[in-house]
Amino acid sequence: MSKEWIAVIGTSVFAFTLKYLGHSLPESWLSHPRIQRINALIPIVLLTALVAINSVTVKTKIVADHRLAGLAVAVTALFFKAPFPVIVLGGAVGSAIAYHFGG
Amino acid sequence: MSVKRDSFSLSFAVGAYGTAFGAASVTAHFTVLQSCLLSLLTFSGASQFAVIGVVGAGGSALSAIATASLLGTRNGLYGLRMAPILKVKGWKRIVAAHVTIDESTAIATAQTNHSDQKVGFWHTGFGVFIFWNFFTLLGAIGAKAIGNPSAWGLDAAVPAAFIALVWPRLIDRKTRAIAAAAIALSLALVPFTSAGIPIITCALLAVIVGWRA
Repeated sequence: MSKEWIAVIGTSVFAFTLKYLGHSLPESWLSHPRIQRINALIPIVLLTALVAINSVTVKTKIVADHRLAGLAVAVTALFFKAPFPVIVLGGAVGSAIAYHFGG
Repeated sequence: MSVKRDSFSLSFAVGAYGTAFGAASVTAHFTVLQSCLLSLLTFSGASQFAVIGVVGAGGSALSAIATASLLGTRNGLYGLRMAPILKVKGWKRIVAAHVTIDESTAIATAQTNHSDQKVGFWHTGFGVFIFWNFFTLLGAIGAKAIGNPSAWGLDAAVPAAFIALVWPRLIDRKTRAIAAAAIALSLALVPFTSAGIPIITCALLAVIVGWRA
């Protein structure tokens, strides 16, 4: 089985299990403020790391390429409070332009 | 009833992002079928993008699953909040759990009376599910048809989606500082670890900071 298949199935199983546990566990189990704080921070660190890894790395190397131009457009769009599709599309367009003209 | 209208418009708007996911997933070398299964079975945007982000960057299946699952823990906490409102058992609880995501919980908890909370949860949950899966298929087929993803900027669509997802969470100095630390730590680890490890290691930052503060 390819790693894509393992990732698809494994992620789906865990995703559902976590959702189902939430509906089934007694509320007191997870209401500790420490758990709530860590839970609020996890998306921030993981999503930020995913931004960094997916914009400036290729395998185990750090590179600056056309994707950075796309990221710059996305950040600009965020400053102007653009909706999600505009941000993603802006990132793609910026990157594509840099890819064709930046070499 | 305005809660139904709100549910519908949010479902359509969020579901349309599925196009970006489908396209990005195919770009990360997942098949159209695998992309659609992620939307049908995982059904949690950030986790799905994490899977393709980690695997697409060359990471192992294990680090992809771990990263996506950590991002999925918040759905568990949403379930905890929704359970006393919905009060469902058996197969209904299974369905409710599956559609427990950011949007369904947000709409439900924004309502003031009990019946609107339930209506908001179910309508948004099913609404996002239908649109998200339809648009995933559309994006995946579209990306498959256009060839070289870099020429269309699709390789930058993934980090753009991630930054759009994290941006509203960077509300104060502390969250911005921890985000900056995550960038520094992940990039510092890149040359020395296999792909995927730098991302999952950043979860430690959340544990350390959340434990103390």
